[in-house]
Amino acid sequence: MDLSLIARDFPILSQTVNGKRLVYLDSAATSQKPDRVLDAVSRYYREYNANVHRGVHTLAGKATDAYESARVKAAGFIHAPSEDNIVFTRGTTEGLNMVAFGYARRKLRPGDEIVLTPMEHHSNLIPWQQAALATGATLRYIPLQKDGTLLWEDIEQAIGDRTRVVAMTHVSNVLGTVNPVKRVAQLAHERGAVMVVDGAQAAPHMPVDVADLDCDFYAFSGHKMMAPTGIGVLYGKRAALLEMEPVHFGGEMIDVVELFSATWKDIPARFEGGTPIIAGAIGLAAAIDYLDDIGMEAIRRHGAALTDYAMERLGKMPGITLYGPSAPRGALVTFNLDGVHPHDVATVLDAEGVAIRAGHHCAQPLMRELGAQSTARASFYVYNSEQDVDVLVGALETAKEFFSHAIG
Amino acid sequence: MQLDDLYRQVIMDHYTRPRNQGQLDEADLTIDLKNPTCGDEITLQVLVRDGLVDDVRFHGSGCSISMASASMMTEAIKGQLVERAMELSREFRNMMKGAEADYDCLGELEALSGVAKFPARIKCATLAWNALERVQADRGGKVDESSS
Repeated sequence: MDLSLIARDFPILSQTVNGKRLVYLDSAATSQKPDRVLDAVSRYYREYNANVHRGVHTLAGKATDAYESARVKAAGFIHAPSEDNIVFTRGTTEGLNMVAFGYARRKLRPGDEIVLTPMEHHSNLIPWQQAALATGATLRYIPLQKDGTLLWEDIEQAIGDRTRVVAMTHVSNVLGTVNPVKRVAQLAHERGAVMVVDGAQAAPHMPVDVADLDCDFYAFSGHKMMAPTGIGVLYGKRAALLEMEPVHFGGEMIDVVELFSATWKDIPARFEGGTPIIAGAIGLAAAIDYLDDIGMEAIRRHGAALTDYAMERLGKMPGITLYGPSAPRGALVTFNLDGVHPHDVATVLDAEGVAIRAGHHCAQPLMRELGAQSTARASFYVYNSEQDVDVLVGALETAKEFFSHAIG
Repeated sequence: MQLDDLYRQVIMDHYTRPRNQGQLDEADLTIDLKNPTCGDEITLQVLVRDGLVDDVRFHGSGCSISMASASMMTEAIKGQLVERAMELSREFRNMMKGAEADYDCLGELEALSGVAKFPARIKCATLAWNALERVQADRGGKVDESSS
């Protein structure tokens, strides 16, 4: 497939911003959506909008079929053994909270350990802090190397006999580090712990096989992989899901309700209380079809090539500090322009039509480790090109010039 | 979008040569404030004598807009009655909202009016002023409702 034509599928990308062609380099925050996804969501609302699982009328049947076939599609996307392993969530954050509260909190005892890394997004950090507070378990961190990677010896050291949970991001949203989650899962299991993976930055960008990774839970978001906001997936092994309690109670998730008690449906329905995210799931299914047509391996290669190119070009610019390992890495570059605050960099870039992220990227502990108050991040997806990186570099030159008197 | 509307000369001057930066030996109140969405931090210290802002210092780290706004604020309120400082704060917020503001009262602070056209940066410009409002609240005064 000719990837240079991909951008045409994304209506939003054809606009100008501040008089310049929009160069969208913030896909790690949220991706843009192709026509196929927008059309699928629109078609649902225009043609067969109905609540799922309970109506006997024709539209309800169509909506239910679409919703449940999205589950099958999501299972296939990450090579889950069955659609019963797929819980639809609002996104990665909700999935990780479900695991921390519905699963881990019931199992953790005082003195048990939860092993984390300092590169976790707040969404894979704060639920564990809360779980530890509630149970008397303690948090333990695998130290971070200067280049933003983990040493295997440190991982082995951190995961011990008291470890009950290892929670780790597959790909860091700041450093781009790709963590060896398969190997860590194996070690976690040897030591009697469950492996929870934050896949928010991985699932959109590379082939993911949860059966091969052998993790117990894997959470990701639809909106970072071309689907609408408000839909995500929590994968869980069957045994793990059977041990997880629902955290949302209400309609849809019940079996029998008495005045003083109730029983739950089977997994995964018991985790989806209330009217589910029907349009979101249908949009996710369309996004998966779109991604599968391109091929996840082709998407990974494209992201890696663009990131290499960006690292090379930015690496040659005087006054640029790059963060994270050189390779392998996720499709993003995090940097600072010496003497210029990332917010100011982002404002100048925006005037050039270039959208990047500036701030702490929901990873305050990591920022402290990097010794940076905040950083700028350019992130790529399959609709970006080398030309976009060239525009970024040009805009950074403009920013340097604009602030030259401030830089001194 | 005109970058020069945002980054006026006087703003860049305050950013590169901040006034009243540092710490007071004696202060009535010290307020630490963070902007949780971006990580900018400011510490504002105020010494009040006879109802006047006798001395004021700030230190922190942040973007050009937040640091310049802090520097310009300290210049504007130093030596003024506390009530006058709070009046400035109100007018400054009006200016940030793009509402009518008393530019005679604001003086040099008018240079920050361009920030109103950059909605993402308004919180940068108001960080120091939020600290000032907190000072007043901690002194037992009423907080301006728009300060949050």
